[in-house]
Amino acid sequence: MTLVLEAAVLGILTGGVYALMASGLTLIFGVMRIINVGHGALVVLGAYLSFALFRSLHMDPFLSLVVTMPAMFALGVVLQLVFIRPLKTDREALSVLVTYALALGIEGVLGYVFTTNFVELRAWYETASFAVFGFHITWVYVFGFVLCLTILGALFLMLYRTSFGGAIRATMLNRTAAQLIGVDVDRVAAIAFGIGVATAAAGGVVFGITNAFNPGSHYDLISRLLTIIVLGGLGSLRGAVIAALIMLVSEDITQVLISPVWANFVFFVILVAILIVRPQGLYGVRVRDRI
Amino acid sequence: MSGTPTIAIRAGRVRALKGLGLVVVGILALILPLIAPDPATTGMAVFTVMYVGLASAWNIMGGYTGYISLGHAAFFGFGAYSFGLLLNHLSVAPGYLPFVLVPVAGLLTAVLAVGIGWVALRTRAATFVIVTIAFMFMLQLLGENLVKLTGGGAGLALPYSHDWGGDFFNVPYYYAMLVLAVLALVISWSIRRSKFGLGLLAIRDDEDKALAVGVPTRSFKLTAFVISAVLVGMIGAVYGYYVTYLYPQFAFDPLIGISMVLMAFLGGLGTVSGPVIGALLLEPAQMEFAYRFGASRLYLVFYSAVFLIVILLLPRGIVPSLADLVHRWRRGAAGPTTTARGSREAVKAASP
Repeated sequence: MTLVLEAAVLGILTGGVYALMASGLTLIFGVMRIINVGHGALVVLGAYLSFALFRSLHMDPFLSLVVTMPAMFALGVVLQLVFIRPLKTDREALSVLVTYALALGIEGVLGYVFTTNFVELRAWYETASFAVFGFHITWVYVFGFVLCLTILGALFLMLYRTSFGGAIRATMLNRTAAQLIGVDVDRVAAIAFGIGVATAAAGGVVFGITNAFNPGSHYDLISRLLTIIVLGGLGSLRGAVIAALIMLVSEDITQVLISPVWANFVFFVILVAILIVRPQGLYGVRVRDRI
Repeated sequence: MSGTPTIAIRAGRVRALKGLGLVVVGILALILPLIAPDPATTGMAVFTVMYVGLASAWNIMGGYTGYISLGHAAFFGFGAYSFGLLLNHLSVAPGYLPFVLVPVAGLLTAVLAVGIGWVALRTRAATFVIVTIAFMFMLQLLGENLVKLTGGGAGLALPYSHDWGGDFFNVPYYYAMLVLAVLALVISWSIRRSKFGLGLLAIRDDEDKALAVGVPTRSFKLTAFVISAVLVGMIGAVYGYYVTYLYPQFAFDPLIGISMVLMAFLGGLGTVSGPVIGALLLEPAQMEFAYRFGASRLYLVFYSAVFLIVILLLPRGIVPSLADLVHRWRRGAAGPTTTARGSREAVKAASP
């Protein structure tokens, strides 16, 4: 029982990280109606950037976010301008292919620069732990969770309390109507993509400290993240957060109760179950021609 | 105007040219192992013809109905594994007999495809894409975890024929792949010309309207999905027999899934010849590049660059763009009718 409880706590803590990564993905979908299959590769890229800063300047991984997040934001804006904006017809399908190609490109470049050997971000909080009610919790999970909560909180504040957030939400609801009332949807799309990519960098740091990774790690990540946002309902931030928690908690509990090799499988089982009952996901809405 | 006979003659000429091209490609494909017997060439030919089949099969679902599946590698790997297990458990002697059992692997894939299709086709567009990816990873994971059945990460060995050595080694597999590729093409062509195919294209253009005018969209989509998956599964079976050792991460390789999609896109989505042209252009280039730069992973960058160029510059693919060109050329001969207004006048002039 304590093992299960411990697994649940760990699931919530890691779920926070996935919630952050998935909300970037679902934000991009909501605003642009595109699925960024390259999101996993961008997370891995973020982890490698922090790794490079650590290796050359001995910069603390969390501190390096001050550098990598703005850099990744800029990269996101550029990617959107160069590769996503030119897609005029059949965006949804073509964007999947374009972002898949970007993922392969990033994987190839990372493989060339850093080789395919597994690496890990190192810091004192990676192994140091503290005890609460008899559980041992490693500091990094707590720091990661706090970081993700902070960024998620900032994201929600931005979306619901600022006029730019209003413009983003308007674009998500109805692109044409938003355009009619004077929202510069192209600008909103570029910035939203940048924000999504910047959150990938933050997720990447925590992912990089808690997992050994190599350039090919993005496949595993993206399959999880996509499953999470489908479960939550495409384009729903709340859905993404809740789905991430559900998935990670069930994964960690499976790990304890059944076997670590089946932990990943739970993701897909939950996905199939939800699709049979509710194809639009937890918080999704059924719109004609969508879903 | 004297435009009409010219159009007829040119149309006839184009058709004759197409027919001639088909015959030439067909003969070349048939005698290839005779004119280029070295294993390097025939080995490349096996994979090229394999991708002709895969891209054509994928196109039946992805091209005709517009439902982009990025998870067809699931059926490829499943076909390979089920075929391997079949051969091992029935202790089939290596040689030509296993090729006869390939359709059995196809049947097993059909069962899987009905199940996956039933779930995945409850969703549309973006969600469908994601669900197909998820299913592929799910099968990959099963391949790794069901160690007693599949051997897990240690791999599954298939029987292989010791009699086929030297230059001959690739030849039986080449012809087996060729048969499947031709089968995929014939099926794709006949679907394109049938009422069923028309229904699929209607689904691509507007699924709700198609349903409203009486297209049984659910059963049509599922049928197309299963046909496409069965062909991919059978090709996977021959692949498994060819490589003789199966590993989950190579049999259920996301790159195989994305390659067939890229080839169909490059050649022209929803056309019969497009996937063939895409595969013939891309697979040899990809193999050459992987061979030269494989170790440095730079081939992924090459692949990504080709991909981006195709989609950003040629989003409709080679065949539709060429068809446009021919069309304009024909129309150009009939008179200056490139503008919308001009073509309306041309229609008026042509009608009695």
